[in-house]
Amino acid sequence: MKSETVQPGKKLAFEDFEVGDTRSLGSKTVTADEIIEFAEEFDPQPMHLDEEAGSASLLGGLAASGWHVCSIAMRMICDGYIVNSTSQGAPGVEYVKWRRPVLAGDTLSGSTKIISKRRSNSRPNLGFVVVEHTLTNQRGETVTEMRNTGMFLLREPEAEA
Amino acid sequence: MTVDEFFDLGETIELGSHTFDADEIKRFAAKYDPQRFHLDEEAAGRSIFGGLCASGWHSAATWMKFNAVYLLQKKQMVWPGPGPKPAAGPSPGLRELKWLLPVYAGDTISYTRKTVSIRDHQRRPGWKIMSVYARGYNMRGSDVIEFHSGEFIDVAGG
Repeated sequence: MKSETVQPGKKLAFEDFEVGDTRSLGSKTVTADEIIEFAEEFDPQPMHLDEEAGSASLLGGLAASGWHVCSIAMRMICDGYIVNSTSQGAPGVEYVKWRRPVLAGDTLSGSTKIISKRRSNSRPNLGFVVVEHTLTNQRGETVTEMRNTGMFLLREPEAEA
Repeated sequence: MTVDEFFDLGETIELGSHTFDADEIKRFAAKYDPQRFHLDEEAAGRSIFGGLCASGWHSAATWMKFNAVYLLQKKQMVWPGPGPKPAAGPSPGLRELKWLLPVYAGDTISYTRKTVSIRDHQRRPGWKIMSVYARGYNMRGSDVIEFHSGEFIDVAGG
């Protein structure tokens, strides 16, 4: 698994993504406090606010909002490679699958697989990269899967595709 | 009353609106999406977006803020029957999320939901699955975000 393919001071560009490669996104432990803090602002349903209500629900414990899990994934993706890249944002997300709950105390590990890439027809300096992100918990169970297209600038737009 | 009626099948519900100020855009981004165009006005001005704009996950999570209120209101509503009162549970996921336009600092976004279908859950007796079309539009009436979300419904009183 690659964690760094770019030279220091050099941003990850469209050319650096190789189809089939998997990049590690590191890991992150999710605390009860941050689950509750996010839920109070964005998803104030009982199973995200209260241990007892969470245990009584299908989720089986104080569980992070799915939107919180997506936001945590975004942070891991940022730290993993986006912040040090030529990213121009993303037009959207093909799917998010919340396969298992993320409970307080869980440690999530992330990885990003490069699915496909193509250059933009209308903007010669831009390319699209389709990626699939997977978060697993400390038991190796997949908790969330997400597929999206990212837009990245080319390092050498004049080179042959 | 039917489960379809209870969850307003086919009806577009105006959930409410929210104005994104610069401080909260930066606060969310510092935690979850520290890209320069979500953190800093000057850097954002030089980016493709041309100005400070909210993380896409910030504008998406804000839909949930209003949708949670809708679901909590349903929880408090009287259910005339027949059968146990349906209760919305967790979501299996979402698809076709599109960030159609940037949400800039100062923009007011109005959010809607529409229950598109309610079907029996294939593998979980006593549960249904509801498909919801979610949308947000700005003060000029232009759509900024849309997606299709799933929500489980407990119809067996479990």
